[in-house]
Amino acid sequence: MTAAPLPPQEGASDPGATPSKRRIGVYVCHCGGNISDYVDVEQVVAAVKADADVVVARDAMFTCSDATQQEIAQDIAEHQLDGMVVASCSPKLHTLTFRSVARRAGLNPYEYTQVNIREQCSWTHTDDHDGATRKALRLVRAGVARTRLTEPLEPTAVETVPRVLVIGGGVAGMRAAVGLADLGLEVVLVERAPRLGGWVARLGTTYPHGADGGALVLRLDREIRRREAITVLTGAELVAKSGTYGDYQVTIHTEAEPITFSVGQIIVTTGFDSYEPAAGEFGYGISGVLTLPEFTSLLKESDGPITHEGRPVRTIAYIYCVGSRSEEHPYCSRFCCSAAVHSALLAADRGEEIRQYHLYRDLRTYGKNEAILTESRRRGSLYLKFADDQPPSVSHDGDGLRVTVRDQLTAGEEVTITADLVVLVTGMVAGKNPKLIGTLKLPVGRDGFFNEIHPKLRPVETVVDGVLIAGTCQAPKTVAESVASGLAAVTQAAAVLKRGVAELDPQVAVVNASACTGCGVCVDACPFGAITLVAAEGASAETGTAPVAGARTAVIDVAGCKGCGGCAPVCTVDAIDLRGYTNAQVRAMIDGLLVGVAG
Amino acid sequence: MLQPAASAVGDLRAHAPRVLVFSTNAISDPGIDLAGSSHMHYSPEVVVISLPCTSGVRPGWILHALERGFDGVFIAADGEECGYLPDCTARSSRIVQAAQTLMAERGIDGSRVKMAAICSVCAEPFTRQVRGFTESLAAMEA
Repeated sequence: MTAAPLPPQEGASDPGATPSKRRIGVYVCHCGGNISDYVDVEQVVAAVKADADVVVARDAMFTCSDATQQEIAQDIAEHQLDGMVVASCSPKLHTLTFRSVARRAGLNPYEYTQVNIREQCSWTHTDDHDGATRKALRLVRAGVARTRLTEPLEPTAVETVPRVLVIGGGVAGMRAAVGLADLGLEVVLVERAPRLGGWVARLGTTYPHGADGGALVLRLDREIRRREAITVLTGAELVAKSGTYGDYQVTIHTEAEPITFSVGQIIVTTGFDSYEPAAGEFGYGISGVLTLPEFTSLLKESDGPITHEGRPVRTIAYIYCVGSRSEEHPYCSRFCCSAAVHSALLAADRGEEIRQYHLYRDLRTYGKNEAILTESRRRGSLYLKFADDQPPSVSHDGDGLRVTVRDQLTAGEEVTITADLVVLVTGMVAGKNPKLIGTLKLPVGRDGFFNEIHPKLRPVETVVDGVLIAGTCQAPKTVAESVASGLAAVTQAAAVLKRGVAELDPQVAVVNASACTGCGVCVDACPFGAITLVAAEGASAETGTAPVAGARTAVIDVAGCKGCGGCAPVCTVDAIDLRGYTNAQVRAMIDGLLVGVAG
Repeated sequence: MLQPAASAVGDLRAHAPRVLVFSTNAISDPGIDLAGSSHMHYSPEVVVISLPCTSGVRPGWILHALERGFDGVFIAADGEECGYLPDCTARSSRIVQAAQTLMAERGIDGSRVKMAAICSVCAEPFTRQVRGFTESLAAMEA
């Protein structure tokens, strides 16, 4: 890219324009090309390098890589940096990573500012490279402006409660409960239904190893009963949560009476619902048209040759992607292709003469499941691919069910199959938990499933502190994937609770006692009761200001303050600041965003 | 191709209003991130400062932004989803009203500040809102 130079910082050459004397390092990430394909990273670095207080400015292919982390740490030591700006992805991803880099290198982690030039710049302005580059520089300069005014902060340590609430007693929740107990933590496992086991308890043989779902649940149930640290509450629901990180008070409605107790972490494993086709959707409602779960139940609950309503089943047609990859549910459930192919193998076991036709849009028998697809073809299953806009139709006549499809692999030829059973291969949809979502403020995605912070980097954490998610409440998963994510949540919860103390964010509100008039407006503005009025003498002794007889001043409890900052704007004399987001910092950021663009 | 600073400023004043967005770390900023992840486009003159809660925005910040060179301020509020304050919408509305009072005293049009609830997956609504706001600010300049 050839381009004119970016605007210099106004006053950068004038030492009088910058009151602070900081030593700031700035690191601008290419993110492979996610950023540098749209933002001229080198230009941004060159421009900010000349700015006041910037001692080091570098670009990096991946700032989060171990190698770059080490380089940053070396810079901190060599250049005696007292501030750091990383311009890369969203702060949701790597703030903790770079705080940790700072801590390792001897820089207070709160002297670092994360600047989002990926989600909120390069990815948003893929259509405007120059605009994206200009914006990236403005964002970086705002980050530098904020960092000039940072101060070292230390988290407040609070004791945590070594008990975990697991909500949802399917396999993910059951396995998580066992894992937590084995790490020495108490567990309360809450299940809305009368018994544990969820969907898996109802499954017969599962793929890929042929394990029996019911037997798997029974085994987990036995393991739970063997552990005294696990309390199981069935027919129960969470109705209230309060308290602070690491020490939450939760109230569970049970069939007997509500129970309130403390927990250190909460793991949500509430599972999924199976897609329920509308009446008439691919013939649903006609006798012999079943969903995949209905078909697997039929296989589980009978032996010998398959029959349906007393009639032998000799021909089965499977229609894939029913309710999936649609306008209403645009995602792929991933498990259903493999589950349907596996069911076809089970059906073949019940009589090799059964003819089976698979009508699919695309097949996703990923990983080792490819082997069961090959096996099903070897045993006679035929696969017909239909176009997205030409789905099969299902009707009923005297001979049975008629399924008509245009087979793309035979040049769109119309094929009619007379079938005894039609299996609609349905996927997973998000479970319905409006009360739980409201109580825990769970982040819900566009697909209705709960959102983790990042699917790879922070796969079981949510934006709600202390609330983890696992299993199919996150997204469609297989049994093995659900259990794996349940165990990931175990590790995450235990990593916090086994230390016995949690660190509370020190970015809380603070009162400037010398400016406070003791009017008490902020006390009423804090719903957490974190602000109280005390005699001004004590506070003024700390600040060195002269006490006023009888005067009062506000003080904020650092453990009680949630750091929302809602008290700051109500203060009539601007005596409250939110650490990390101070009045001076936000004003400096606003100015930083305008450097070089506003006259 | 990048323009020299002076001509770029001239361009922006004429065609691309500068918008400052106040978002929230847990709710609306993830929604704005999602707009980016989905490659939804809006003007690069829209820039975001994320805070814990929009109830913490000082009216003076809005005024400061407008006086220093932003053409509009957009409050991406949490609405009913705020994890801190059950009355967050009412509080944020009072902040906007207080800012508008300050703006009126200085002859700044009150419609240069706008607030809307943006949820954590409100990528499309955010994009629509800031595009609309940018257009309305541009119309005010015309």
